[in-house]
Amino acid sequence: MLEPFEFGFMQRAMIAASLVGGVTAAVGVFVILRRLAYIGHGLAHSIFGGAVVSFTLGVNFFLGASIWGAFSVFLINQAARRRQIGGDAAIGIVTTAAFAIGIAVISRARSFTRDFEAALFGEILGITSQDLWMTVAMILLISIVLFLFWKQLVFITFDQDVATAYGIPVRWVEVIFSLILAATVVAALQVLGVTLIAAALVIPPVVARMLTDSFPRMFLIAVAIGALTGLVGVYVSWFVDVSSGATVVLVQAAVFALALLWGIVESRRGRSATRRAERLAGLERALND
Amino acid sequence: MATIAVSELVRLDGVALGYEGHVALRDVNLRIEPGELIGIVGPSGSGKTTLLRALLGETELYAGDALVADNTRVGYVPQVETVDWNFPITVEQVVLLGRWRTRRWLPWVSRSDHARAHEVMEQLGISEFAHRPIRALSGGQQQRSFLGRALVGSPDLLLLDEPTSGVDIKTRHEILHQLAGLNHAGVTVVLTTHDLNGVASHLPRLIALGEETVLADGPPSEVLQPAVLERAYGQPMLVVRSGHETYVLPVPEEAPGAHEGEAVPLGEVEVIAAPDHDDA
Repeated sequence: MLEPFEFGFMQRAMIAASLVGGVTAAVGVFVILRRLAYIGHGLAHSIFGGAVVSFTLGVNFFLGASIWGAFSVFLINQAARRRQIGGDAAIGIVTTAAFAIGIAVISRARSFTRDFEAALFGEILGITSQDLWMTVAMILLISIVLFLFWKQLVFITFDQDVATAYGIPVRWVEVIFSLILAATVVAALQVLGVTLIAAALVIPPVVARMLTDSFPRMFLIAVAIGALTGLVGVYVSWFVDVSSGATVVLVQAAVFALALLWGIVESRRGRSATRRAERLAGLERALND
Repeated sequence: MATIAVSELVRLDGVALGYEGHVALRDVNLRIEPGELIGIVGPSGSGKTTLLRALLGETELYAGDALVADNTRVGYVPQVETVDWNFPITVEQVVLLGRWRTRRWLPWVSRSDHARAHEVMEQLGISEFAHRPIRALSGGQQQRSFLGRALVGSPDLLLLDEPTSGVDIKTRHEILHQLAGLNHAGVTVVLTTHDLNGVASHLPRLIALGEETVLADGPPSEVLQPAVLERAYGQPMLVVRSGHETYVLPVPEEAPGAHEGEAVPLGEVEVIAAPDHDDA
């Protein structure tokens, strides 16, 4: 049972998956409450383009992908301000165009196949110590910014209209949040790959939302689910011999299914308790009459 | 350069304002003094919310001068329809949002913020719901929670957008009573309302909007006039006064004299009172 812990690459993979799972869930809480799941999915594809271009130019992956992500966010914000375009169309255009640039570069240089697959599906078992430290640094940066802008983000997410009236610089906080999201996607790219990042951003917060009606509790539950499923996913992948990124997301999906089932059972139990109480009250009334 | 008098809290001079190049209101001249209680009335789309947001500095100014006295703390209560009810937040957390400026770079709130929030919730009668999710409350309790968020910052000027929409008569009465109490305590209150009979007619000053401008500004006896209301709402209105009470009723188009400002025969008027008020 402890076999996976004996190997350095598995230790690094489990640490990276826990950290990335936690941070994607933390940022994902704001993503799902602001109904921005689409931007998470789009940015993952956009940053894939950046990863490919940085590889071609020989630039550090984290640096290149981050700059590409930030530039995509800037373009999305600029395009979304035009009423004729709108936010969702701006995301669709910018992120698919950025993704297409990556595909175009790959089709010109065919030696990319392995790296292409790694960026698409993640290559967590290939994480080096240097990659891990870079991931830790990015997560630390994201956490600090989340910490500092917590109140502003909560206010804007709950009631953007009034946040402006209370002096919150909504447009700036929006840009900062988009940059946090881009950084999160970059940090998660190597672990989960483009195709699975959106799931890691969405599933833990949705499960947490199903379990609580308090925002701070939702945040903590989501981070715990993200971190634990990251760890368990990589651990399980050792035994089932399946891609680690896919296993992490499948474990999260299983947690979601359990939460859904629990919710259905609870609401049925609540309904039958109400019916029982109504029947008892009716009986009591009949006896009194 | 335009200046604001010491006795004024808000001053709008020849203002034209709106959003994204579209002028919603023009030629607006307005003075608000500290301690006033004002209602803004008019049909949907007449610019009530726009005028309120102009006082928050959130509209585009195309002409004139809009001035709010320095260091004025403003509290704002939006229409409840604008709120995201899926957001998991308790009443206490909503009220505490109004204190975001204190320790703004730390995610947690201070003891004094907590104490102030509980003081306000106590004052508004919602402290027993402090830890309940806001979406689980009634319309009146939700409205009071948002009022709490506005009050927790100790505002000098309180702006409320339709604070009594969607609540029952009893709750409406309680909200108005609370606003009157705040006004007596020195808070300047400006609210918008669709309710001419239940709310507007009880306020000391009304501003009627219509035809993209201010049609009338003064006490209800001056503003709730058939001519003003017909211009504002585009249909003839009947104004019935009985002692201190004023009732506004739409006049059927076919009523004789409705457009000429002549007396409209009401026919038989029946006043129904509760049994113990028969002699009233």
